[in-house]
Amino acid sequence: MSNPDQDDLPAAVVALIGKGQYEEASEFPVERGYVWTSCASVGNGNPLYWSDEIADEVTGGFVAPPTTISLWLKPHFWSPGFTGERLALPAHHDLKEMFGLPEAIITENSVVFHELVRPGDVISSRQVLRSVSAVKTTRLGTGRFWTIDVEYENQRGECCAVESYTAFAYHRGSE
Amino acid sequence: MSSVAFVRPFLGDVEIGAQLPSLEVDVTATLVVLGALASRDWRPMHHDHAFAVERQGVRDIFLNTPTQAAWFERFVTDWSGPFGRLGRMTFRMREPVFAGDRMTMRGEVQAVTVDDTGCGWVELALTMSVGDQLCTTCTARVALPRDEHDNPWQRRADRWQP
Repeated sequence: MSNPDQDDLPAAVVALIGKGQYEEASEFPVERGYVWTSCASVGNGNPLYWSDEIADEVTGGFVAPPTTISLWLKPHFWSPGFTGERLALPAHHDLKEMFGLPEAIITENSVVFHELVRPGDVISSRQVLRSVSAVKTTRLGTGRFWTIDVEYENQRGECCAVESYTAFAYHRGSE
Repeated sequence: MSSVAFVRPFLGDVEIGAQLPSLEVDVTATLVVLGALASRDWRPMHHDHAFAVERQGVRDIFLNTPTQAAWFERFVTDWSGPFGRLGRMTFRMREPVFAGDRMTMRGEVQAVTVDDTGCGWVELALTMSVGDQLCTTCTARVALPRDEHDNPWQRRADRWQP
């Protein structure tokens, strides 16, 4: 195997690397309410999101802030037919389960923005595991780092963004 | 011409080494929770103090990843104005930003370039700190208009290379 970090990985994990998982569409179309809530949460007064006049002039109509891309694919906390907690980024939680690592933090996030996202768009995504590290010990505990890409596209199949999360999942201290 | 006032720097106005206006924010528990809910992040470390302390071993609830992204976007576009179009952002979270912290955001222009399609780009090095503690570092690539006839938002497909 060419990647030494993969030498101690279970075959089931190795098989997931580079494979598209959890292909799904948003449970609701892009809408202004969440855009305004997002802007309000960080005091974003960019007139693109508050003035139709500016939006028409600059972007040819209302667009969603680029960094809102992930919210459209987050599941409702609860919806009919589901029990228990519905988790975002399930590929990440699968790995926590497979490795028996109860805690995790996101350490790095990268996102490249492509096509504009507008109200009414239905965004879909898929998750791709890119890498898993060997066992590491940090001040948080002992565990592994992994990187998962999330690819987003609109209802026309145009790429809207590619996001990459690096997480560290771990056992705390001496556990 | 719009009746709404806004800043509109052109690429030629930007110099390497220039500092963006810093931003100071008192990160209240409300802001942490509001950011989590706005980004549809229901995980308890972003709204449940007891869970954060007893289960995660940190001192309080803290800003989640999408909210940090939103803060960086707001910080960049406060400077760039609405014609600035974010192309790429990478950030590394070294230390959490907790409820109760006073957060300072800073930024510096690292590079000014024009790509093969004629799009003007500014590379920014950004930070999010609490006191002397550097919490998050970020690099952002934002397109700015080159002149009054240029608009990065009109670029599509091969003419947009973030």
